[in-house]
Amino acid sequence: MPVVQVEGVRKSFGAVEVLKGIDLTVERGEVIAIIGRSGSGKSTLLRCINGLEGIQAGRIEVSGHKLDASGRGLRELRKDVGIVFQSYNLFPHLRVGENIMLAPRVVLGVGRAEARQRAEEALAEVGLGERFDAWPDNLSGGQQQRVAIARSLAMKPKVMLFDEVTSALDPELTGEVLATMERLAEHGMTMLLVTHEMGFARRVATQTIFMHQGKVWEVGPSEQLFGAPQTPELRQFLGTGLK
Amino acid sequence: MIRTFSESEFLFIVASARWTLLLTLLSLLLGGLLGFIVALARTSQLAPLRMLAAGWIGMIQGIPVLMLLFLSYYGLSMGGIDMPPIVAASVSMALYASAYLGEIWRGSIQSVAWQQWEASAALAMSRAQQYRYVVLPQAVRIAVAPTVGFIVQLVKNTSIVSIIGVVELARAGNLVNNATFAPFKVFGTVAATYFIICWPISLLARRLEGRLNARRSG
Repeated sequence: MPVVQVEGVRKSFGAVEVLKGIDLTVERGEVIAIIGRSGSGKSTLLRCINGLEGIQAGRIEVSGHKLDASGRGLRELRKDVGIVFQSYNLFPHLRVGENIMLAPRVVLGVGRAEARQRAEEALAEVGLGERFDAWPDNLSGGQQQRVAIARSLAMKPKVMLFDEVTSALDPELTGEVLATMERLAEHGMTMLLVTHEMGFARRVATQTIFMHQGKVWEVGPSEQLFGAPQTPELRQFLGTGLK
Repeated sequence: MIRTFSESEFLFIVASARWTLLLTLLSLLLGGLLGFIVALARTSQLAPLRMLAAGWIGMIQGIPVLMLLFLSYYGLSMGGIDMPPIVAASVSMALYASAYLGEIWRGSIQSVAWQQWEASAALAMSRAQQYRYVVLPQAVRIAVAPTVGFIVQLVKNTSIVSIIGVVELARAGNLVNNATFAPFKVFGTVAATYFIICWPISLLARRLEGRLNARRSG
């Protein structure tokens, strides 16, 4: 059974339809990159998958949790879906360790000792094992983003969503975050990422989706999609994107 | 007979500050509780609750405290509910405080970045958990300074209840002055007593604010 199943999803902001019938399937262990211009609907699609945006039509199912226009069952679904944002969004009033332990403790009801263990494991996974007691404000952007990844990991999600997670970072800090994501992929995490890092998508993603005008315009194994784009729109996008 | 302003008059004034303090405390507790509810309603996802809270704030802020006082003291007693002046005074000051604190705290809650709501929602937290663990702890920092500023106002504004016969600090000053005709000494004492109450509150606020801010980059 696929981890994520998206069928005929439509989404409008007012009169503007940004998703015009999206179908998408993510199998366990797959890493799928979503590329496309700004305004192509790729971030919106990601945000629909964990219910941060409601949908007008269609069906989303994540590891057995159905999400429809009614918004029921949202919290159950979110326990299985981690998301990392462009702007990190760590909780500034909590130390790094507390940031990570909070949701397992209050949402999953995990005990303090186990929550701490989860947090330490997650921090080690993102290479920040020694920053447990640091304040978010004292970390670099790249470190904050890795803590945000760890915070999601500690919930032991079935799938992780990454919404342009390196777009706010200096080039030198982008690398450490991408390396963290690559390690996650190697460890078998199912991932769906919206990205402008074409090299990363090509190398790490098993499949890449090119979105254009609210539709899945082209989809295929990354090597094939980047190596031999079929549509003129993708060719044009890659021409400018890879410059 | 004109009395002189002696130690006993002085002590009478200073001792009457306990009513000022009690009034402040009662209106703060009651008004704070109500104000917290108002702030939550004001930031609720339910439009009717938001409108109700906005209406409450608008109404209370648009009515002089004096009218609230008269309404709760004379109005209710005419309706057959007999209230001791101190209770009527506390209730009206609490209503007044609820609107202002509600508005201050609404602002504090709303100045927490919306991404904090989104990040906590994405971690499957319920609305109550978002408030409890993420939003309110951050809003408190923002709220400290304006809240304390309002408390200082509240202390001073309790003087208005002297009108319905509660002998608090200002009323005590009036009584003593009527007997001694030593307004400079009398009201100097009253003013100094208010100052002695209010100043430490302001100092405390500054320390509290400093400490809350320091914690983030410890």
